[in-house]
Amino acid sequence: MNFIEIFKVSIEAILSNKMRSGLTMLGVIIGVLAVILLVSIGEGARVYITKELTGLGTNLLIITPGKTSTSGGFHPPSAGTVRKLTYDDSLAIRRRAWLLTDAVPIVMGTGRIKFRNLGRDSMVIGTTPEFQRVRNLFVDIGSYVTQGDVDSKAKVVVLGTKVKEELFGDQNALGQVVMLSDARYRVVGVMQKKGTSLGWDVDDVIFIPVTSGQELFDTDSLFEILASTPRAEDVDRAIGQIKDILIRRHAHKEDFTIQTQGAMLSTMNTILGVLTAVLGGIAGISLVVGGIGIMNIMLVSVRERTREIGIRKAIGARNSDIMAQFMIEAVTLSGVGGIIGILLGVGLALVIPLFVTVLPTSVSVWSIVMAFSFSMAVGIFFGVYPARKASLQDPIQALRYE
Amino acid sequence: MIELHDITKTYHMGDVDIEVLSGVSLSIGQGQLIAIMGPSGSGKSTLMNILGCLDRPTSGRYSFETREISALDDDELAHVRNAKIGFVFQSFNLLPRYSALKNVEMPLIYSGIPARKRTERAVPVLRQVGLADRMHHKPTELSGGQQQRVAIARALVNDPPLLLADEPTGNLDSRSGAEILNILTDLNKRGVTIVIVTHDQNVAARCGRVIMLKDGKIVDDRGNA
Repeated sequence: MNFIEIFKVSIEAILSNKMRSGLTMLGVIIGVLAVILLVSIGEGARVYITKELTGLGTNLLIITPGKTSTSGGFHPPSAGTVRKLTYDDSLAIRRRAWLLTDAVPIVMGTGRIKFRNLGRDSMVIGTTPEFQRVRNLFVDIGSYVTQGDVDSKAKVVVLGTKVKEELFGDQNALGQVVMLSDARYRVVGVMQKKGTSLGWDVDDVIFIPVTSGQELFDTDSLFEILASTPRAEDVDRAIGQIKDILIRRHAHKEDFTIQTQGAMLSTMNTILGVLTAVLGGIAGISLVVGGIGIMNIMLVSVRERTREIGIRKAIGARNSDIMAQFMIEAVTLSGVGGIIGILLGVGLALVIPLFVTVLPTSVSVWSIVMAFSFSMAVGIFFGVYPARKASLQDPIQALRYE
Repeated sequence: MIELHDITKTYHMGDVDIEVLSGVSLSIGQGQLIAIMGPSGSGKSTLMNILGCLDRPTSGRYSFETREISALDDDELAHVRNAKIGFVFQSFNLLPRYSALKNVEMPLIYSGIPARKRTERAVPVLRQVGLADRMHHKPTELSGGQQQRVAIARALVNDPPLLLADEPTGNLDSRSGAEILNILTDLNKRGVTIVIVTHDQNVAARCGRVIMLKDGKIVDDRGNA
């Protein structure tokens, strides 16, 4: 008996009980749908974060004060001996670390900005002009903080679009004087609209010269120094240069930390990869449950068709013919369920981001291939027992079965 | 054509062994029409199942057209059932999902015959049993006599040399029963060897040879030419 004939027999059996076959498939459909959807959400998060981080440039180096050791263990605090990072440190790095294109000092804090009777608490960033290039954030109207502003501690401010809209609405903000804490600042520019990046509203920020920022926050230290190299291959050597310069300036102590964007990216990728695998695994459990549903219904089906099995055997069906008939039935249920689940899962994964913008999804081919092969494997695994049971029926007993 | 030599069949029911056939020896010639009779529990059904290769004897030898059946494995037995033996059951045993034609084609599927050839062979057989106009009906749309004729067509479609009928008229009214019996005797005249298990004296009267079973033994074998 050839395969196509057995296949036809199995399809006829599935179609003769549409409701039951549909419900059985539903278990697999939901399982496959869940795998694809959850994996696509995990992947979506990974792709999104990768994109955001690489948008900042993977050649970005972040120098922060204080030593955080990755070797673990307890490090007694050595307050007083830790030197802060200073504006002069950033100047020294920019002058002497020739592998770097930029070394941008940053002070950061929140401040209250007021214009006439309107006020807003915003993030204040004190920087130098190179900040624009390093963070890929550019001024739209007017000009950014200049080196002259930094040198002269000028009281000038560049507004993020949201701050500008809140304080000025549609009016022109350039040249207006705003109050930042208790000092008068002149608006010299408005940034391009950027939106939220990694949970940080880039438009709700105001920029001032780093020197003015140190004055504003009453500090002589920096929050961090951002540096960048033109080529990814230079990152390691650039770290060496920065270390040399800073260690010499800090009384031969390595009391600072240099992180690279690439390292952060790979850490994030690892975390999100694990998250995706966990989500997929949980969804996989529901696929196994779907498989148990198939086995359950196949057992019922074998019992119901005991007499049919007896008749088929009496007219010449071999055990393997009966086995194949029920196996194909189980695998068809799981396979068709798998395909429907893939279509629904991919469809939902594509539709969801249109309505829920905070939930980016990314459908990966491997998740489709994996979900489908897994659903087929489930069909085979949970189909074997009922099919074998059917094929080993004694034809005489089966014929007598009522 | 068929030689049974000292066939026994024992069933294990818990700790007790029940001997259903004890030393049945029998030879069936080509073209015979045989009735097997006997009270309930005499072992006629078991003998029928062994003749039909649905069951294996506990001991003894069974040869069919010079082939030693007792030595065959499950797949080979299935092949013998498919090609050499046609079954007609008391309760018809048609598959309710399929039309009469599909039911008749069924054994040919297991012979590996392609779809068009199957129909070509099934239609004339259905015509032969007088159901040419009913072949697309499902069993539930047919009367008992018609269903049994479909079952006979199914048994004949592979041209088997042996036809086994287990109480073929048992579920039918006397007119349908007589029709079925006529079909079977006609077939026998054309050379098909037929063995009928029956309680019915009228059926037995039409058969050239009547074998009486009692307690698993042949007690009478009349008309063996």
